[in-house]
Amino acid sequence: MSNSIDPKKSGTAANVDDVAFTEVDQPGPGSLFEQAKGFWVTFSSIFKKNLTVAYPEVKAPTEERFHGRHQLNRHADGLEKCIGCELCAWACPADAIFVEGADNTPENQMSPGERYGKTYQINYLRCVFCGLCIEACPTRALTMTNEYELADTSREKLIFEKEDLLAPLRAGMLAPPHPMYPGMNDTNYYNGDVTTAHPSQEGGSK
Amino acid sequence: MTTVELLGKDPGWLIAAKALIVFVICVVSTLMAVWTERRVLAKMQLRTGPNRVGPFGLLQSLSDGVKLALKEDIIPAAADKVIFIAAPIIAAAMCFMSFAVIPMTGKVNLFGQETAMQLTDLSVGVLYILAVTSIGVYGVVLAGWSSGSTYPLLGGLRSSAQVISYEVAMGLSLVAVFMYAGSMSTSEIINSQHNNYWNVVVLFPSFVIYVIAMVGETNRAPFDLAEAEGELVGGFHTEYSSLKFALFFLAEYVNIVAVSALAATLFLGGYHAPPGLGFTEAWLGGWFTIVWFFLKVNIFFFIFMWLRATLPRLRYDQFMKFGWKVLIPVSLIWILVVATLRVIQQEGAPRIVIVAFAIGLVLVATAASSLFDRSKKKSEEPLAEGEAPDFPIPSLPGVSSFNASTQSGDKSE
Repeated sequence: MSNSIDPKKSGTAANVDDVAFTEVDQPGPGSLFEQAKGFWVTFSSIFKKNLTVAYPEVKAPTEERFHGRHQLNRHADGLEKCIGCELCAWACPADAIFVEGADNTPENQMSPGERYGKTYQINYLRCVFCGLCIEACPTRALTMTNEYELADTSREKLIFEKEDLLAPLRAGMLAPPHPMYPGMNDTNYYNGDVTTAHPSQEGGSK
Repeated sequence: MTTVELLGKDPGWLIAAKALIVFVICVVSTLMAVWTERRVLAKMQLRTGPNRVGPFGLLQSLSDGVKLALKEDIIPAAADKVIFIAAPIIAAAMCFMSFAVIPMTGKVNLFGQETAMQLTDLSVGVLYILAVTSIGVYGVVLAGWSSGSTYPLLGGLRSSAQVISYEVAMGLSLVAVFMYAGSMSTSEIINSQHNNYWNVVVLFPSFVIYVIAMVGETNRAPFDLAEAEGELVGGFHTEYSSLKFALFFLAEYVNIVAVSALAATLFLGGYHAPPGLGFTEAWLGGWFTIVWFFLKVNIFFFIFMWLRATLPRLRYDQFMKFGWKVLIPVSLIWILVVATLRVIQQEGAPRIVIVAFAIGLVLVATAASSLFDRSKKKSEEPLAEGEAPDFPIPSLPGVSSFNASTQSGDKSE
């Protein structure tokens, strides 16, 4: 009668005894002097430069491509680049972005072309700063800044609205809504043919 | 005039004033010690350390203390209330008491009275310190027990075992000092070192043992097993909060200052200036000696910080093994040597006898260490070739391992 706890008798299975015993060279504790070297490490560190950054007073610059707060960019004449396509919201793995698009009308032209982002919210309590939204954006409307100070005291304050995310108006830009550059269509905008606002665009919508 | 006679003339009000001064020195030096330790440790780790509260963060520990005092004071439901409250009081009070016999200055003028900055001078001063710090262990073990919780109990047992074990080594290391000074009084020991070699030179092995034992005694890194966070949460004071916790904190640091002060007294000549700087002792009407005293205390305190920054925590069994199997035998042998040398000296034996004795000792030590090495080498040799045992063992050099498949197969046939 064979015992039930017998190991499997298989010709191919490796037997423990078939494996050669190799002695591994294990270095023992070092000499007393070797061990005492650590004391010099800690002592000499006293005279080295600190690595501490006095944060609120001194802000160390981030890496160039650091993933910080998002920004909604504008075209050179001030029209928004966002076309309300929601691709960023669909790409977001954390479901942090909410977009609602709306039609541009001649009275209310927010972006070149047919549509613009009417509501744009990013919930920074959910955002993981992965940057997939930036990759998904077809018009380069959404990019990330290097801003990392995103702490606040309430949940509501950490849901950033469109006006919190929009890039500021620079020189030569006009605040939308205003008509598109005369003689230019949305493809021209996309190709970067518009470099500044035209005087006829002033005074808001037609 | 000896210090005892000098202190004997103190009027009552002066004793009270000195008690207050000693208390204030203890508390202030604790506050400073916490700040210094945090700053120095930070520097050793390339950090800055506390630098917000007050100039250079000097008031950091004061504000920490105030914060602790304002915290909610929790007494666990399972705790033994009376002992739970008494434990931190015992721990803190005993540490302060040990400071009473530490001489901080020579003869000075305090409020128009000739005296020395020492609360009292007992003829068994050092024994008194050992006794008082031993009572301090009650604080630790009672705190652990009365918390009614597992980790504090384990931590309390650990630290009491640790403190008691290392107190043996500490006490033995002091025996050599007593024999050399011919007294157990702190002031007499200081006087015996004055105009003489300091004990750190004469009794160097005692000094080394004392310094190791004092780190073990105060539950400090690398011997801080009692509060090994990974194993025991906070050790015996896990359940303590607010002022009671602050008392333990205070006790720990006062204890460090006290053992450092004792080390300075016994081995570094106490409040006396280093050789060649004796003229400084007359400055400020003798008060300048307190500077030397605290300088020496700070040397030891720096050693505490340096050890903490450098060494990882020991394993409990290694720690106990070190205490009982290394420190205590070594200090016993050293006491024997010192006693013999002392007797030879006092009997007026010629110098050649002392030299011969020393050479003999060195020879014995060499023989012992070479024997020890040989036995160590022997134990490292592989096992002799032998029969395979009847039970399964992993394959080892020189032993053919048990083959379960063939053995059991034989049996079944």
